[in-house]
Amino acid sequence: MSPFPTHLLSMDDLDADGIIEVLEVADSFAEVGRRANPKVPTLRGRTVATLFFEDSTRTRMSFETAAKRMSADVLSFAAGSSSVKKGESLRDTVETIEAIGIDAVIIRHASSGVPARVAGWVDHCSVINAGDGWHQHPTQALLDLYTVRQALGGGDVGLARFEGLRVAIVGDIRHSRVARSQITAYAALGAEVTLVAPATLLPPSLEGWPVAAVGHDLDAVLATADVVSLLRVQQERGSGEFVPSLREYTAGFGLTVRRAALLRKDAVILHPGPIVRGVEIASDVAELPAALITEQVSNGVAIRMAVLFLLLGQATREGALHG
Amino acid sequence: MAERERSHTRPRGAVFVPRVQVMSADDVRRAITRMAHEIAERNRGLHHVVLIGLQTGGVSIAERLARTLAEVEGADIPVGTLDVAFYRDDIGLRPVLPEAATDISVDLTGATVVLVDDVLFTGRTIRAALNALGEYGRAQAVELAVMVDRGHRELPIRPDYVGKNLPTSRDEMVDVSDAGVSLGELVGR
Repeated sequence: MSPFPTHLLSMDDLDADGIIEVLEVADSFAEVGRRANPKVPTLRGRTVATLFFEDSTRTRMSFETAAKRMSADVLSFAAGSSSVKKGESLRDTVETIEAIGIDAVIIRHASSGVPARVAGWVDHCSVINAGDGWHQHPTQALLDLYTVRQALGGGDVGLARFEGLRVAIVGDIRHSRVARSQITAYAALGAEVTLVAPATLLPPSLEGWPVAAVGHDLDAVLATADVVSLLRVQQERGSGEFVPSLREYTAGFGLTVRRAALLRKDAVILHPGPIVRGVEIASDVAELPAALITEQVSNGVAIRMAVLFLLLGQATREGALHG
Repeated sequence: MAERERSHTRPRGAVFVPRVQVMSADDVRRAITRMAHEIAERNRGLHHVVLIGLQTGGVSIAERLARTLAEVEGADIPVGTLDVAFYRDDIGLRPVLPEAATDISVDLTGATVVLVDDVLFTGRTIRAALNALGEYGRAQAVELAVMVDRGHRELPIRPDYVGKNLPTSRDEMVDVSDAGVSLGELVGR
């Protein structure tokens, strides 16, 4: 097995073994989360900074909870209240953070490629991509896999069922970093990914994407899908302008009550959140037992603990001992 | 050494090459029977005794001890498993990985916990286990049972029940399984 990477910038940084390692370590952290005192001393003395240039509720809270549950110190940086406002460049901000002695930086940015750029500037810390533009959001894809594996029976049983699993990713693929990470992640474990979107919300080219099919007829796909993963209509990235109206989007691609009835009995519904009720998913559908949206959020903490642990706890770069 | 101990202490890819068998499967079985009797003798009646096997090498030994105690004392002893990876003091120095999630379904407050492991070496795994145990309640007492005590302690920790005292050199490896106990070397690839 190849060693865990130094940074987690994209799902491409992990092969199937690496993904499975994250899922298995997350099982142990999920057990920690179920305890009366869900805290372990694992990363005592390490410092983690969240560097968010874009709004976030769940991802930021999830990462900070994960780090705190492992006893790491957490610095929280919001671009709106920092020296960025005074005109400090990204590079200078990152150098300041590294000079303080941070072990890991968790970055979210509206521009694709920022975390990769930052990873090239730092010498001593790990960079985790918490979402960059349209590019990648690897921990979201990992927590999706974990949630699906849990729904399929958990452990090795759940893992084995990814082979040939029919996954439909529905919505604004074009602007979605979540979709890009999910497609790579599901394909790595052997699932068959079908994209369902209006033609205007597909990327200009799907060349090289490990996708089994692309469709525009959601009803047909729902009848055979094991996993339906919905994407948010991202108004802030202009996805609303690629469809005639939100109502029309919902009519063609929203998971309405009528469409939810087409689902197979054991199919599950995922959504990375925040959900826009009544647009990509009907309010009543979001409350169905098949909708694992809150499970995704809970599992996100365990997954991020696993990622932080594997990046920081495995730090054999310096001073490695051999037993 | 057990799988767990291996992954904590050796570089990835290294393999255990056995040199000499020091206990047969029958020897292991007899040692388990004797240790079970010792546990029963020391904890008369076995009230509030809980066996906790350390992942992964201690788990099967804990289960065998519980089966033997059920046979000889008719006692139904709860068995749990504990993974100590998150409590180790060498995180960041060696590749440390959890092997399997901890599974302790009983409250340990007031219980007499018998920690069970395959090999006792530096004592650092047991130190980590003592810290981890605290999360599941305040045990009345904690005892330690190991199949092999190979010496080289780095902490003031001693076992209460020992299958075999086995003098070793530091760079040897001890492998414990139901098939017996072997002494050998780790060979890097």
